Amino acid sequence: MSNNEVTGSDLGTLVLESDPVTHHRSSGLRQLLRRSAPVFAIAPFLIYSFLGLGIPAIAVTYYAFQKEHGGWTFSNIHFMLTGEQHVFLTGFENSIKLGLLSAVIPGILGVFIAYAIQTSNSNVLRRLTSTAAGVLANFGGINLTFMFIATLGSGGVLTLWLADIGIKLSNIGFNLYTFSGVLVVYMYFQLPLMVLVVTPALGGLRASWREAAENMGASSFQYWLRVGIPVLLPSILGGMLLLFGSAFAAYATAETLTLGLISLSPIQIGNYLNGNVIAGQTHVGYAIAFGMLVILSITMILYSLVRRRASKWLR
Amino acid sequence: MAPLVGEVAEAENESVPPFSTGSSKRRRRVRWWRGVVLVLAGAFFLIPIYAGIKFSLQNSASHFSFQAYEKLTSAPGFTAALTLSLKIALVTMVVSTLLMVPTAIYVHIRLPRLRRLLEVVTVLPIVIPPIVLIVGVLGVFPLWAKSSPYLLSFMYVILAMPFVYRSLDAGIGAIDLKTLTEASRSLGGNWSKTMWRVVLPNIRPALLSATVLTLALVFGEYTMAQLDLWQTIPVWIAQFQVSTDGPIQVAASMLGLVGTWVLLLFVVSIDRSQSRRNRKKLRA
Amino acid sequence: MKETTMSNLPPTASPSAGAAVSLENLVRTFGSVRALDGLSLKIEPGEFMALLGPSGCGKTTALRVLAGFEILDSGRVIVEGVDLSNVSARKRDMGMVFQSYSLFPNMNALNNVAFGLRMRKQSSSVRHKKARELLDMVGLADQAAKYPHQMSGGQQQRIALARALAVEPRVLLLDEPLSALDAMVRAELRDQIRQLQQRLAITTVFVTHDQEEVLSMADRVCVMSSGHIEQVATPAEIYARPSTAFVAQFVGISSRVPVEVSGQEVVIFGQRCPVRSGESSSVTGAADALLRPEDIAIEVSADGKGFVTRKSFLGAMTRLVVQVDDLSLRVDVRSDVGSDIELGTHVQLRIVARDVLVAPRKVMATSEVGA
Repeated sequence: MSNNEVTGSDLGTLVLESDPVTHHRSSGLRQLLRRSAPVFAIAPFLIYSFLGLGIPAIAVTYYAFQKEHGGWTFSNIHFMLTGEQHVFLTGFENSIKLGLLSAVIPGILGVFIAYAIQTSNSNVLRRLTSTAAGVLANFGGINLTFMFIATLGSGGVLTLWLADIGIKLSNIGFNLYTFSGVLVVYMYFQLPLMVLVVTPALGGLRASWREAAENMGASSFQYWLRVGIPVLLPSILGGMLLLFGSAFAAYATAETLTLGLISLSPIQIGNYLNGNVIAGQTHVGYAIAFGMLVILSITMILYSLVRRRASKWLR
Repeated sequence: MAPLVGEVAEAENESVPPFSTGSSKRRRRVRWWRGVVLVLAGAFFLIPIYAGIKFSLQNSASHFSFQAYEKLTSAPGFTAALTLSLKIALVTMVVSTLLMVPTAIYVHIRLPRLRRLLEVVTVLPIVIPPIVLIVGVLGVFPLWAKSSPYLLSFMYVILAMPFVYRSLDAGIGAIDLKTLTEASRSLGGNWSKTMWRVVLPNIRPALLSATVLTLALVFGEYTMAQLDLWQTIPVWIAQFQVSTDGPIQVAASMLGLVGTWVLLLFVVSIDRSQSRRNRKKLRA
Repeated sequence: MKETTMSNLPPTASPSAGAAVSLENLVRTFGSVRALDGLSLKIEPGEFMALLGPSGCGKTTALRVLAGFEILDSGRVIVEGVDLSNVSARKRDMGMVFQSYSLFPNMNALNNVAFGLRMRKQSSSVRHKKARELLDMVGLADQAAKYPHQMSGGQQQRIALARALAVEPRVLLLDEPLSALDAMVRAELRDQIRQLQQRLAITTVFVTHDQEEVLSMADRVCVMSSGHIEQVATPAEIYARPSTAFVAQFVGISSRVPVEVSGQEVVIFGQRCPVRSGESSSVTGAADALLRPEDIAIEVSADGKGFVTRKSFLGAMTRLVVQVDDLSLRVDVRSDVGSDIELGTHVQLRIVARDVLVAPRKVMATSEVGA
């Protein structure tokens, strides 16, 4: 332990060990300052986080249970779940459906793609694709949306090209400006995200497991069935949970493509903020937001549980 | 989800165990199947890019033309939106640096136990997404805050926390901060000199990486800006009325995408060279 | 919990356990490196054959070729008279223990051990019973429900051994199974593996770079370097009568003494010694004699040419370092004699070996002592 190590378990009892001579000579005030130094240093961050994260979250939770002119109530929640021909409930259903679809489909595809990349002998390919994945996973929002409008919109390059060879997208029932369109756009950043998450897990699959399995008579299929996939499963599930959370809470693409007309929870919150408030139900928006908080919290708890299992096995 | 850029460099550091060589029959099968998967994936990602560029290089009469790009800067509201975005970005980057650098350093040197807390706090923006945040903010923040565009800066610092902290933490971890500061102190340097001359220069790559990611975030964030009624670049693009000046929206978006790519590639290369340096240090 | 030693072994070995293995002219090249350079080796049924050599000598490659994990450029692998060269690994009926981390992390010990039996479609009651027997055999019956990450390295390797043996393989293959373990565990496990192997009389191929393991465990040792065989013999022969300089330096300690070879004879310390047959007989002129510590005897003598510079007590023997001119020689003496010899004592040296191994002269400032 060097001279300037900080010991102690909570902020209040942090003691700065220093040269014993100066320690004796310090005045009470100096000691106090020294003791509280760490608190001061960390305080800005904590205060900032509280203001920027804590307050909004608390506000949302608070107002979700507040009547329009004060007073506790469950009516907001109740209205959200039952009112307006269940439009808000439908919103949650759709959001969850969108989240699940854009978690499971890219999730599974992402595993295959990650595996394809991993088994490549070419270092160049692996570097290239991991960079690409890192970059593409961060796309989202407006730019991506318009790129897809240029591709699959009614006048989009791909749409027109497919029409030329006889495939009319509208006949198949695909419309970029609806639920399925939003899903396709989400795939563009969900797939790379999944590849990024799964790649380390695939790397953790030791060759010796495969060889041991083979050695004992297992075929490729049996290996994957009994060892490979079970070991990967926590990481895959973790990745899918992450994907779910990201798709569930996304706003920009859905709002821009559907002009706020689609029934999704984030969109409904947005409508509420834009003034499309149902008379007497000014706090329903908060209720929806609160509902989203609950779902996302559950998602993250599941995620951390799954991660812990993954790290135990894939040492 | 910008925080995961850091995982790119990490993923590469994992030594990939060679998959069992096994029978040549199996290897051939895998190679064929792998090719199909990669080609399909490649097509899925490259076709939209091609389409976007092609679409943007048209005029209103659908002939090849640079019109959209030429008219972009003079499009109504563009300059204002660009200026606004730049101002917000600048404030965000400065505040983020001032806030996170001392915190990350201090936690690393003095309070390693608090790292868990930091990690949790920086994961919160995933649990409390922008749409929920903005609802809460607009509900309770005072009017003077809500009427300033820098409210967005304030919130963007929060959104940027996960990857800024990750980046700084990785950068600090790489330079063995403790030893450096102790060495500097033993040679007579006081705290501020140590910080200025020893610590900051060494975490410059990490800081640069974090700042660039923040810039990309600000220029891509739509949800909060739109609902807070400020016309930043993304909002401007979305709200731009289709005009006779060609596909301005698509052109702007493609520029944005390419710009973000370049920024992110830059970040990934910094991360990579930094982790290469770390590995050399570990080997030494 | 005190781990029991392996005691519940079957009283007699099953006669079919031992299979004859023949490696014929194995050639395997990786890029520009010839990992296996025409390797030929015959292993007797029930024999414990060790492949010993430095890293990169091809011993692991040879093992993996036998197991079916590496393809051959040319050559044949024959087990019990059947050419297995084109048979896939999963059909070869061999059991392999890897260096580390080969237990399936998602299964507990019992299911790990029962895995091979499951692949052979045995019912769950049968395979669990058999797995328990094997766990008992390696002394870990109480760990049946534990997962790999809950076990120590030594325990994991014993489970891996049980797993390999569960399918009653024709050949047991071990790829440096003790290298990742710490010294005490290594020594224990060494004995247990050898005991088990002898009881079950399974043909075993054991790869290692540690000569101690080899000398205490193997029936025969195959010393390899650069893809070819240096010598195949019993541990005693390998040690006492290395046929090449490489073996002499790799196994045990050798001192190098410059000599002149003339007519299959050399003169050392005034004594005429015959040159060992084999590789040594082709060496002429300036050469180095490679002497083991027990090849040399000393006599305390006031006008002896050498004097003792160091003494190390090794138990039954004491190792002395004797300086003669500019040579440092290691000599072993019995400890009751050695305890009377002080540092600085002058001694006369005498060669007591039947014959002497020589190798072409290496130019060095001081004499070289083998690893």
